[in-house]
Amino acid sequence: MRAVLESLVALALGVLVGAAVMAAWGRDPWAAYAALFTGALGNARALASTLSRALPLVLTGLTFAVGARAGLFNIGAQGQMLLGAVVALSCGLFSLPAGLHLAVALALAGLAGALWALPVALLKLGRGVNEVISTIMLNWIAHWLTLYLVVQKLSDRVVGQRTFTAPLGMRFPPLYGELTWSFLVSLGTALFLFWFLWYHRQGYEVRAVGLNPKAARAAGISVPRALLVALLLGGVSAAWAGAIQVLGRFPYAITSDLANLGTLGFDGIAVALIGRNHPLGILGGAFFFGVLATGAARMGLRGVPLEMIQIVQGVIVVAMAAPEALRLLRRVPLPIRKKEEVAA
Amino acid sequence: MNTLLQVFPVALRAMVPITLAAVGEVFGEWAGVVNIGLEGILTLSAFLAAVVSWATESPLLGVLAGLLTGALIGLFHGLVSVKLRGNQIISGVGINLLGMGAVGFGAWALWGAKSPMLDRRFWIPEVPGLGVSPFVLLTPALALLTWGLLFHTALGLRVRAVGENPMSADVVGVPVERLRLFAVVYGGALAGLAGAFLSLDWLHTVSATLPAGRGFIALANVVFSKLNPLLALLGGFLFGYFDALGIQLASVAGLSGGVPYQFIRMIPYGATLLVVALAIGRARFPKALGQPYRRE
Repeated sequence: MRAVLESLVALALGVLVGAAVMAAWGRDPWAAYAALFTGALGNARALASTLSRALPLVLTGLTFAVGARAGLFNIGAQGQMLLGAVVALSCGLFSLPAGLHLAVALALAGLAGALWALPVALLKLGRGVNEVISTIMLNWIAHWLTLYLVVQKLSDRVVGQRTFTAPLGMRFPPLYGELTWSFLVSLGTALFLFWFLWYHRQGYEVRAVGLNPKAARAAGISVPRALLVALLLGGVSAAWAGAIQVLGRFPYAITSDLANLGTLGFDGIAVALIGRNHPLGILGGAFFFGVLATGAARMGLRGVPLEMIQIVQGVIVVAMAAPEALRLLRRVPLPIRKKEEVAA
Repeated sequence: MNTLLQVFPVALRAMVPITLAAVGEVFGEWAGVVNIGLEGILTLSAFLAAVVSWATESPLLGVLAGLLTGALIGLFHGLVSVKLRGNQIISGVGINLLGMGAVGFGAWALWGAKSPMLDRRFWIPEVPGLGVSPFVLLTPALALLTWGLLFHTALGLRVRAVGENPMSADVVGVPVERLRLFAVVYGGALAGLAGAFLSLDWLHTVSATLPAGRGFIALANVVFSKLNPLLALLGGFLFGYFDALGIQLASVAGLSGGVPYQFIRMIPYGATLLVVALAIGRARFPKALGQPYRRE
């Protein structure tokens, strides 16, 4: 209960700071937020757009969360997402029957994401390299690799600003408005990881290692295997975020500046923190950021740039770092807190 | 071979941000606080240094603004980590996101462009007679100073004590929280200087991704240095050399021998991974690193 409250206070804080910045800049924050929420939730089509934008965030949020459950700070979703997108699209270079084509593209994208996560595990287990450093370096390498492929190898000969579009048989069929059947990937992965982490032995081991690696080792759990599993599953999930963004959303291609992939990977960190690293909480966190992203498009028209959303995101993450600050707000008397600690 | 030597002057510049940010972080980590928000500090301080230099036409005031920005973000991170006993890693990630967002928004709001170029008037002039940036001289001096401070003063001993065993330090009357705050502010200030250098002295622009991962390369350098500021200087030059190599090969036509531009740009990141993987022996970090201290 307190966890939910902390997330809500952090969200409110982010929204408030965003309003303050807009007001300082002489814009009317409430008009902007009104535009944001009507733009994101005002009617069925808007809601479909919001859901569609939330779907990849579910997957990159899961990447961070499954890592965090193993005690890892995996911020490699960005690179894995980019590679997933470009590998999925590259599958359009060969032809297969409709449907099967989509399945193969997803499989290969997931494989690419797992492969990109593998060095993180090897460097950590073999050489003690902290995953924060290795994932960021791999993110940058993936960024330039993706840019190379998009610009030099996959670009559309007629429309210069993007790659070729994914063939119809490789796309997710449309459902309503911007929403396509790609929602099954996000929802399915979230439910699978929920089951895996809480109802499967291997997932239990992942959580045990995250809670206390020493105790887990003493109990006969292989710590390296748990970390490897968490990183590889995260890699697959992040790669699918990129894949569904390309195969399940207009323009069914990658723009030459990678703008339609944006920072989906980094955004997953805030999504996971808001969702308390729980697959079901992440569905809620991703929806919130879907609202922000869809609404931001409307705000952009009113002279508030999209970067505003990143400020809100940053504030939320910082607020999630210090839950004690929220407790101070509630002015819980000190003696009671002490007792709780003793009980724990 | 000639190319490898031509890179040298650029490497002297590239060394600056990676060394300064790492040396500051080394100091903070000795006190027990990790700050992975270096990238965000670099981004924001580069931006505010440019804004102040632009508004006042004084690059020196710009540098001071960068330093102050870094110190203030350090103070903020310190308050979250030390006073509120928050999660240092999450706070650092938040700082990185905030830096990206605030600078993207600020550059657009102020100049209507995502990466506006700075006019020559706002740059830091080179040292007369030597033809190098003052930062190239300042950086080794600060590394040496920090090393001396850490290992040859009473203050340094206390800083290391609160990072290793805050409870014992507390028992003998060392002010744990105040020293930790000081160390994080010091580290933030050095990263702020590095940010000012990025915009006012080296790249002459600001953008949401200006540091391009150098804050994280600095973190790799911290690991490489085994928390020794002098080794961080050496590491700064090593990592800076690869950074410069990428820049030089990518910017001078024909040097790369047909290797696509995008692959050249991977060099600093690949080299960083390689160096960190090959660094011999593991660093021993302070025992209480990353742990908030709560008096029993």
